[in-house]
Amino acid sequence: MNKEEQNTEKNPMEEILRMDRIPHIWCPGCGIGTVVTSFAEALRKEKYDLDKIAVVSGIGCTGRVAGYTKLDSFHTTHGRAIPFATGLKLAKPDTKVVVFSGDGDISGIGGNHLIHAARRNMDMVVICVNNFNYAMTGGQVAATTPKGANAATAPYGNFENAFNLPYLTDAAGATYIARWTSLHLRRVTKSIQEALNKRGFSFIEVITPCVTLYARRNRLGDGLNLLKYYYDTSEIQHGADTRTLDISYQGKLIVGKFVDKEKPTFLEAMNTHLSSVLGDKYQLYGDNND
Amino acid sequence: MKKSKADPKGVLTGSHFMDGDYALAEGGLAAGCRYFGGYPITPSTETAERFSERIPYVGGVFIQMEDELASIASLIGAVWGGKKAMTVTSGPGFSLMMENIGLACMMETPLVIANVQRGGPSTGLPTLTGQQDMMQARWGSHGDYEIIALSPDSPQECFDLTIEAFNLSETYRVPVFVMTDECIGHMHEKVVIPPAEEIELVERKWYKGPKNKYLPYKNDTDGIPFMVKAGDGYRFHTTGLTRDERGYPLLNAECQATCVSHLIDKIKDNAEKIIHLEETDIDNAEILVMSYGITSRVSIKAVQEAKKAGIKVGTMQLKTVWPFPEKRVKELAGKVKAIVFPEINAGQVVLEAERVVADKCEVVSVPHYGGWVHDPKVILNAIKEAAK
Repeated sequence: MNKEEQNTEKNPMEEILRMDRIPHIWCPGCGIGTVVTSFAEALRKEKYDLDKIAVVSGIGCTGRVAGYTKLDSFHTTHGRAIPFATGLKLAKPDTKVVVFSGDGDISGIGGNHLIHAARRNMDMVVICVNNFNYAMTGGQVAATTPKGANAATAPYGNFENAFNLPYLTDAAGATYIARWTSLHLRRVTKSIQEALNKRGFSFIEVITPCVTLYARRNRLGDGLNLLKYYYDTSEIQHGADTRTLDISYQGKLIVGKFVDKEKPTFLEAMNTHLSSVLGDKYQLYGDNND
Repeated sequence: MKKSKADPKGVLTGSHFMDGDYALAEGGLAAGCRYFGGYPITPSTETAERFSERIPYVGGVFIQMEDELASIASLIGAVWGGKKAMTVTSGPGFSLMMENIGLACMMETPLVIANVQRGGPSTGLPTLTGQQDMMQARWGSHGDYEIIALSPDSPQECFDLTIEAFNLSETYRVPVFVMTDECIGHMHEKVVIPPAEEIELVERKWYKGPKNKYLPYKNDTDGIPFMVKAGDGYRFHTTGLTRDERGYPLLNAECQATCVSHLIDKIKDNAEKIIHLEETDIDNAEILVMSYGITSRVSIKAVQEAKKAGIKVGTMQLKTVWPFPEKRVKELAGKVKAIVFPEINAGQVVLEAERVVADKCEVVSVPHYGGWVHDPKVILNAIKEAAK
């Protein structure tokens, strides 16, 4: 009996992880790993065809997710995961495209792409891990840092207003919007399952503790403390008015599924419109158009 | 290198009266480009307009992105989704694309970017010509890498060189620039588009081996790695980080040397195959006029006048500007008295001529700051002065 045969029991996540790249770079207590677990679990539960899904990440701690997923995976430039994913989706419409990146990447440097992809109802799932700061670079203030929180470039506390990401994406036209904390493992999993089965622009925000920077700088305890705090201060309000979802420093977190509606995707709208205007001369574009 | 004939659907065979901007779009369609992500910027907008008008009848996607950063990022995504992709821009948009041009180089992504140059810096001269982005094309993204840049001198060459650009990009898995300018972009001339079966295209180098054995950056015998599409079961990874042949990040000096030297060498080692020049009367020339793009056409008048005045003038039109024709220029530097190099900039590509020539002959820059082309008399005077 050789070694491989002896070790037959595998972690169920091994199917979607690049085990030759583990251990990962994330700090002990960081929430990103559990979001990846939820993603893996969602794929497993859906028995999703792993050959037909691509992960696109930008830059940052969460930007490293692409590198650990044993799927077609692209680690791109800072802020540009969504337009990269847009090109990929349009070129290969039968592939499900998941953007997995952080708050700074998606809503800071990449904010313009976020609203435009939502406006077009580009068919993709965006999983935005929000840890309230730029973690990879050392805990600088972000577009999501709550007022009053301390950050490396807001050493006297942040005085800027923070984005309410569900409200922003709702206004821009996203067809599926949810927010959870990373301790809502099963609910994050369920949201990802729903988003995977949806055609259109889905946005899932997951609040996670950044233990090394945000938590330490603000004296919020270790990762587990903060994780539990976020979970305990969260309140599930499905269908809540997205205007009410601002996040205050260590305040109540409204979580849940806020938007789930149907609208033609970019490609559906393109095909419908151009067919109606150009008739039979229009070369219908889609899955078989390789 | 596998070759095929153009798909007739994209080829508008016949004689046309069209401007350079349209010809860029037609060249792309003939070359099999089926994805165009763009953002409007003068004087390049007509290329995007033409593509958006034509693509519904051909089968493909045109999308007007939210900015140039998104355009180029979407192109890279589209290429990894299996399409041939192009975009068009001008100075300010070109600046915005620079970071992701580096990503395209690092991921070894074949794509084509046309730059209809206008006068800069900054907003500069949006509606007037320039050739001021030539060094930016060469060096604009950070880090060390090599690209290919072509420069058409007519709407016909906009068509021809866009096809050549696609073929080079597929051969070497590198972004290729078609560096035209406002004059050519808006110049209407006869453009002859041949039948599809006369257009030879280089096919993407698709990997055919076992799915679990695919290594995105393992070089083939010709030094170029194979490509696959996302969504076809290879489950590969690629990154903008310094990476090994698996496409996995490996951040050390050794891997950096392997990775970066490959990006440089695949172009440098093949420079002689890539470089496309057009020379006239070179054999007995005492003066060599080097130029590219619109300036090549403006130089013709000056060269004719100089010949009438009894000066032996040869010309070299650089259809390929990058990589620079080092070997040929070195060779000629030993034979001619001087090189006269007009460009619509303060003197950019001439610096490369000076470096290569290394005092073997005189190199005369004939700068023009943009807004219009040279007065041929200025070039003529430079030739006369150099011949003294």
